[in-house]
Amino acid sequence: MRPEIALPILIPLAAGALSLLAWRSHAAQRTLGLVGTGLLLAASLWLAASTWQDGILVMHMGGWPAPFGIVLVSDLLGAIMVVLAGITGFATAVYSLVAVGREHERFGYYPLLHLLLAGVNGAFLTGDVFNLYVWFEVMLVASFALLILGGERAQMEGAIKYVTLNLLSSALFLSAIGLLYGMAGTLNMADLAVRLAETGSNGLTTVIAVLFLVAFGIKAAAFPLFFWLPASYHTPLVAVSALFAGLLTKVGVYALFRFFTLIFTHDVAFTHEVLLWIAAATMLTGVLGAAAQFEFRRILSFHIVSQIGYMIMGLALYTPLAIVGGVFYIVHHIIVKANLFLISGVVYRLRGSYELARLGGLYRSSPGLALLFLIPALSLAGMPPLSGFFAKFILVRAGLEAGAYTVVGVALVVGLLTLYSMIKIWNEVFWKAMPENDGEPNDDVMNDDRPAQPAGGLALLYLPVIGLAALTLGIGLGAQPFLELAERAAAQLLDPTGYIHAVLGDAAGIRP
Amino acid sequence: MRKQSVILRTAAHVLLPLLLLFSAFLLLRGHNAPGGGFIAGLVASAALALYLFSLGIASARHALGVDPRRLIGAGLVIAIGSALPAAFFGDAFFTGRWLTLDWFPSGPLKLGTPLLFDLGVYLVVIGSVMTIVLTLAEAEERPDAPSNEGD
Repeated sequence: MRPEIALPILIPLAAGALSLLAWRSHAAQRTLGLVGTGLLLAASLWLAASTWQDGILVMHMGGWPAPFGIVLVSDLLGAIMVVLAGITGFATAVYSLVAVGREHERFGYYPLLHLLLAGVNGAFLTGDVFNLYVWFEVMLVASFALLILGGERAQMEGAIKYVTLNLLSSALFLSAIGLLYGMAGTLNMADLAVRLAETGSNGLTTVIAVLFLVAFGIKAAAFPLFFWLPASYHTPLVAVSALFAGLLTKVGVYALFRFFTLIFTHDVAFTHEVLLWIAAATMLTGVLGAAAQFEFRRILSFHIVSQIGYMIMGLALYTPLAIVGGVFYIVHHIIVKANLFLISGVVYRLRGSYELARLGGLYRSSPGLALLFLIPALSLAGMPPLSGFFAKFILVRAGLEAGAYTVVGVALVVGLLTLYSMIKIWNEVFWKAMPENDGEPNDDVMNDDRPAQPAGGLALLYLPVIGLAALTLGIGLGAQPFLELAERAAAQLLDPTGYIHAVLGDAAGIRP
Repeated sequence: MRKQSVILRTAAHVLLPLLLLFSAFLLLRGHNAPGGGFIAGLVASAALALYLFSLGIASARHALGVDPRRLIGAGLVIAIGSALPAAFFGDAFFTGRWLTLDWFPSGPLKLGTPLLFDLGVYLVVIGSVMTIVLTLAEAEERPDAPSNEGD
């Protein structure tokens, strides 16, 4: 038995349960937050190392063999995602020590944080479609509660849009699961892959595939149903929005990668063509939306949407190189995006606003922060030698090789516009002089998360920012090992027989 | 909360222990027959809710004895704990493990990790439902107070 497969789910669940028990003790909750996410990070690295060495790992929960029981499967893509969840979770927990005040802890910030991480990891590791739905719901419940933590008017407004669209997505997901089960008689992903390959392509399969595509597309904030994201991500606590920005939409992207490489590959010409157009539209609308925004976190939120387009582009091109690019892009994006949100929180802490018009002069007063902003910002825009450059480079090359010139053109233009957006933030927040009436914290800001101990706390805010920026630099300067990782993950995705064999064992051959 | 009728109050006193007993019965029966932690937890929380509506919030909190949120935590810990014994024997998490006790004349008593899991679910359900019910009842109690989400 390999315990490391289940640990990334069990650790946050246990930490969440314990911090519920320690409801009244802030110190205990904070310690559990740090220790829980730290252990999670360690466990995820262990899982990734095992998966790298020994190939796809499977655990049949409760000893019930697949396809009857629920299986946890860790292939390289799943393991990479779990590691990224561990990194983001740990960075958020460190950041939260200062950024999350007692009044928010009192409403269950830490238990919800752990629950969210458990849901995310569950979704990454499960090998069962219905189980995936359950983890999506765990995630949704936790994220909804985190989103409204604090109960401000803007948060409610954002949360209603968030919940409405996510429930719609869940309903579609569930209907698709029902149809799929009716057609194939199984919900085990590996078993589904075998069954659907046997029955061959028909119209219903494609309909179900598109239903899943829409359901996961909403979760991933892909065009056209992305508007819940920019409506809600700028409203919660900044630690929460960093965690959301890093992880939540990527679960949708992960599900798309899993389903459209393992299960629905019967009609690539149609489904992946649809995905390609969605990718192009997502990139373009996201970046254009960002251009019209003048609030730090809203700009970043729109850029999440546009970046999702790049990842889907990798999946949609469906060539080995493109999938490598997509996986690499996810790795790069999660770290960069979470970091940018954390930086927006530091800026807010220093200046008391997210509005670009009210910010300025930070280059003069905190040059270190300015530099720390430039690393993820330029990486997001795809400047060499940062991680985003390699991610975009691989995708563009894959696109050219596949002859998808339109989408490559869109990707390049969007890269340029991303640079414009990042420079806009740079100019407004760091470069220009501080506008008059400076120093006064605004009354109309979204969140009142001023620190309990303003002076000493800043170092703890910088720590995760520096760590994530170092990772971005590391992925850029030492891209080769990460590239190899992405290559092997992509190879596993493109050849599902390994996955199927790992899950079903010899049963795969016996089935009529 | 309004003063409730004598009949309801008297009935609540009698019904609470009966319903709790019934929920324990459902919990234990659930292993091989319809029942189980979830439904038993709902029955128990229905009993507590009835108690709350007839005798007020304070007595319901007293009858519950602990903060319901702690029940959620304890239940989760127990449920996760039921996954672990198997791991020590090298099986997958959540594989059932049984302990057979031969001390009773009526036959061997088999205690297993599924029961532990059910017990965890039982506590989580009571904890969640009572958190919701108490929060709603307390919000109704003081309508002028600002409502707080998430508490």
